[in-house]
Amino acid sequence: MLANKSMFSQTVDQVNVQERVARLFSRSIKKESKVAALNNILSMIDLTTLEGKDSPGKVRQLCYKAAHLHNQFPDLPKVAAVCVFPPMVPVAKKALRRTGIKVASVATAFPSGMSTLAAKLEEVKAVVGAGADEVDMVISRGAFLRGEYDRVGEEIAKVKETCCEVHLKVILETGELVTLDNVRIASILAMNSGADFIKTSTGKVFPAATPPVVLIMLEAIRDFYLQTGKKIGMKPAGGISKAKLAVQYLVMVRETLGQDWLCSELFRFGASSLANDVLMQITKQFTGVYQSTNYFSLD
Amino acid sequence: MGKRINVQKTYKLYIDGKFPRTESGRYIKWQDPKETTLVNVCRGSRKDFRNAVVAARKAASGWSCRTAYNRGQILYRIGEILEGRREQFMTELTLQGSTKKQAEKEIDQAIERLIYYAGWADKYVQVFSRVNPVAMPYFNFSFLESVGVVAAIAPDDISLLGSVSVLAPIIVGGNTAIMLASESRPLCAITFAEVIHTSDVPAGVVNILTGQRSELLDHFSSHMDVNAVVYCGNDPEEIELVQSNSALNVKRPVIYRGQNWSDKKMQGPYHILETQETKTTWHPVGV
Repeated sequence: MLANKSMFSQTVDQVNVQERVARLFSRSIKKESKVAALNNILSMIDLTTLEGKDSPGKVRQLCYKAAHLHNQFPDLPKVAAVCVFPPMVPVAKKALRRTGIKVASVATAFPSGMSTLAAKLEEVKAVVGAGADEVDMVISRGAFLRGEYDRVGEEIAKVKETCCEVHLKVILETGELVTLDNVRIASILAMNSGADFIKTSTGKVFPAATPPVVLIMLEAIRDFYLQTGKKIGMKPAGGISKAKLAVQYLVMVRETLGQDWLCSELFRFGASSLANDVLMQITKQFTGVYQSTNYFSLD
Repeated sequence: MGKRINVQKTYKLYIDGKFPRTESGRYIKWQDPKETTLVNVCRGSRKDFRNAVVAARKAASGWSCRTAYNRGQILYRIGEILEGRREQFMTELTLQGSTKKQAEKEIDQAIERLIYYAGWADKYVQVFSRVNPVAMPYFNFSFLESVGVVAAIAPDDISLLGSVSVLAPIIVGGNTAIMLASESRPLCAITFAEVIHTSDVPAGVVNILTGQRSELLDHFSSHMDVNAVVYCGNDPEEIELVQSNSALNVKRPVIYRGQNWSDKKMQGPYHILETQETKTTWHPVGV
């Protein structure tokens, strides 16, 4: 961790960030570029269902949707993964067999992270054992805000150790981190401790992913890459339900990190209703006619 | 006090309970026949229409769930507010080429028509619903429900009365509407939007655009989230376009060919039925 100490001391210029976001978001992406972007977005989606009332039936339905997004367009890419609660991992795994779609599971006492380290590691071990391809962990925000960075970092490192080869996404829950400076520190902390991806939010706290927060995290990834040569992925999650906003995020990624990050290995969207809106926009591009939600699946 | 600079009104669109300019930034220079006044009128675009449909869809469930009695009250309120704006409409109607006498008659008729439809609000369902005779132990009844979102092309030759005659039967039945105002006489429609805005009509229930019919008709009739399209006009090519586009999502085309809107027969409960769907329910009896 000491090697990157200088990165911790950099603070964020909030006004500048807001201006940069405004400038990037004013770009207009049209026609073929728009279709390409929409297709790209589809392939980056982690189709998510994280509700207390989730049932195996609902998870199976979501998995079916992940594999058969819209039968009218057979050339559409599939989504990247389906993201579920730990007990649903076997259900999702079975439903997605031979589709090439990954199963991601949240873990470590999602969404609060309020549990003992032993219990968290137990949970991670269980979901990895059940066959999850990716683990989305939450950090202990309480400890982080108290300044116990070492403890938070250690926790992430231990979880990564338990994950072995399984992809680890670290959820910072930026809505609870209060300042943009904290977002940057938490991002660097997570990357130093072995995260493969850093993710904005659980989707259970408002605000979830906001453009300034995403920009800060992308810049942290860039700085980390320049220092270490390691490419860390990014996943904004929560509140991204419109294709237009997703395209704007792609612009932000392209301008901050470059073309390399515009793939599902390094960039994901955590969303439940985004896929439908993207499908509607793609259909609009093909037919030239504005679409209605009536003709797309409900969830 | 010295003579002050003339403060002129900007005619904007009416979408989702707000008065935005067109997103396209385009304007049409509108001049009255006597060439005394020059007005910039928004040239609405397909994206303005798209936004209006989103607003109308969002408002649809709330509006259709209002009690019929409440919808009647709100229509009556529109009539009241219109009465209070009489002077302004007189000015605009004469500017648009009507004589004083014609303008007065048109305003009177518009108010009367609103009150007329307000009265029908809680009656048309009773009059046109029925219990159907069936040869099984079922209670079978049919009643009316709103179709949902209605796109309307207002008549070109009559602005205030045209807007009222088209909109009132649509909204009294619980639908929400997007109306394209008369292209040659756009002023009254936007001022009528101000009347609607101050009459407790929820945002998004009525949306009014100005612009070119030739440009927007295709989008009005092809949008998949529109459930019915009302067309007022006499152009066979336009009518064909509306009808064939309607087939895309089986929206209902309602065509008023070259009607005289000041005619008494252009108001009546059957105009409400044009944007209503019949729902039939079977209910077991004797169990």
